[in-house]
Amino acid sequence: MKAIHYYRCLAGIVRREGLRFLHQRGRFISALVRPLVWLLIFAAGFRFVLGVSIIPPYETYVPYEVYIAPGLIGMILLFQGMQSSLSMVYDREMGSMRTLMVSPLPRWFLLVAKLLAGVVVSVLQAYVFLAIAYFWEIEPPPLGYLTVLPALILAGMMLGALGLLLSSAIRQLENFAGVMNFVIFPMFFASSALYPLWHVQEASLPLYYVCEANPFTHAVELIRFALYEQFDLQSALVVLGWLVVFMGLAIYGYDPARGLIARRAAAE
Amino acid sequence: MQATERRTETEDTASAPRDDALALEVASLSHAFGDRAALSDVSFSLRRGERMVLLGLNGAGKTTLFSLITRLYDHRGGAIRIFGREIKEQPSEALARIGVVFQQSTLDLDLTVAQNLFYHASLHGIARSVAAERMKHEIERVGLSDRLRDKVRELSGGQRRRVEIARALLHRPQLLLLDEATVGLDIASRQFLIDHVRRLCAEENLAVLWATHLIDEVETTGKVIVLHRGKVLAQGAVPDVIRTAGAPSMRAAFDALTREPKG
Repeated sequence: MKAIHYYRCLAGIVRREGLRFLHQRGRFISALVRPLVWLLIFAAGFRFVLGVSIIPPYETYVPYEVYIAPGLIGMILLFQGMQSSLSMVYDREMGSMRTLMVSPLPRWFLLVAKLLAGVVVSVLQAYVFLAIAYFWEIEPPPLGYLTVLPALILAGMMLGALGLLLSSAIRQLENFAGVMNFVIFPMFFASSALYPLWHVQEASLPLYYVCEANPFTHAVELIRFALYEQFDLQSALVVLGWLVVFMGLAIYGYDPARGLIARRAAAE
Repeated sequence: MQATERRTETEDTASAPRDDALALEVASLSHAFGDRAALSDVSFSLRRGERMVLLGLNGAGKTTLFSLITRLYDHRGGAIRIFGREIKEQPSEALARIGVVFQQSTLDLDLTVAQNLFYHASLHGIARSVAAERMKHEIERVGLSDRLRDKVRELSGGQRRRVEIARALLHRPQLLLLDEATVGLDIASRQFLIDHVRRLCAEENLAVLWATHLIDEVETTGKVIVLHRGKVLAQGAVPDVIRTAGAPSMRAAFDALTREPKG
């Protein structure tokens, strides 16, 4: 196989993911409505309840809506990552996953291509959200729209890799509800998405450590800093580290010799 | 199309198939799921241009065998060679030469026929222009040229199967695997499929492994493997299998071979 074959395969998987997304308009709308509801209703309600002191990367006091915007972008990436996972489980149950798995290209590459396809879709959603949020005074510096792109890609890949890992472990579509309860909600709420961590530290030290250890916190901080033209090295390294771990485990999970896929066949 | 023209798009990266090599060689294949043996010492081979029926009841191990041949997961014992290439050691070279129609439909219902075929072509690294040309040819052969822009959801079960056959041939495989491909089809669709595959064998020198539980899909002039509870009970030319079983017909031979001993 030559590089051109890999490229064509990647392009085909990205195109398919895009087409599926376009065909499922409800998915596109709900992906946007979810963070907008948080921004327009939740943030408006809590604006005068939760105070945000001057913390980096902000140079002055910021309204609560501005503070939670990066967290809501993180929410888009998190849900898209889980959506990809859901569609992998669905494809496996419906049988269409087999088309992918019998491709002559290496399985690790197919998974990476699947991951990148999901990231393309989630980054587009994030930008649409930012465009709408602009009208609610979420106005990062113009260059921030560009500097946030690598952060969106890295965070999207990390959360997408988590989704892939979960899809290799989930046996049935029905089990996916558990992902909502045990992955999405804890990850989102035990993070810096909705409140600065110093608030959490004052309330509960153990919870603070949980938030600090949460990969989603670092994804949100990476986006927050990048949106304001700054680079948070620590968060970038943590996100990169988790990306390697999640992707490595997902590749193991889909390995025809050792992974969970082979073991699941044993159970069926 | 001549047999000599049948080449995979990606063949330039792997050496051309060796004509002297068997299309498919399964040697002493065993596989177990935990403590439960799914396949025990299964051996058979298939040459180019041969159509072999893999006959077995539900649960005989046909789908497991297909999963192992297509490396959905790895086999534990024995060997599977496709044109001389062991599937575990050279999966890319082996998989590039296989076309598969799985028992369960694997088309994306929300995409059009053309989008499904383009997607499959991309998974084999085929350029869109080449894929478009081949797609036109293959879809014409299954009589669905006017349905390319329709969503798969709008097609009947028989039409979906035809699309799957066209898709399986898009990357020019030399070995075609069909797992219970006629299940759920009406008589006309089923006959079309059987005739089409027979033509592919004869005209394009394609090796075909046809898994089924329907005895009337075994041709009297063809070859058959009887698989039961993960074991090969008989294999060879149909008249030989019938004679060896001491039965008057294939149906009677199958009944005799798979009959459980009393007590």
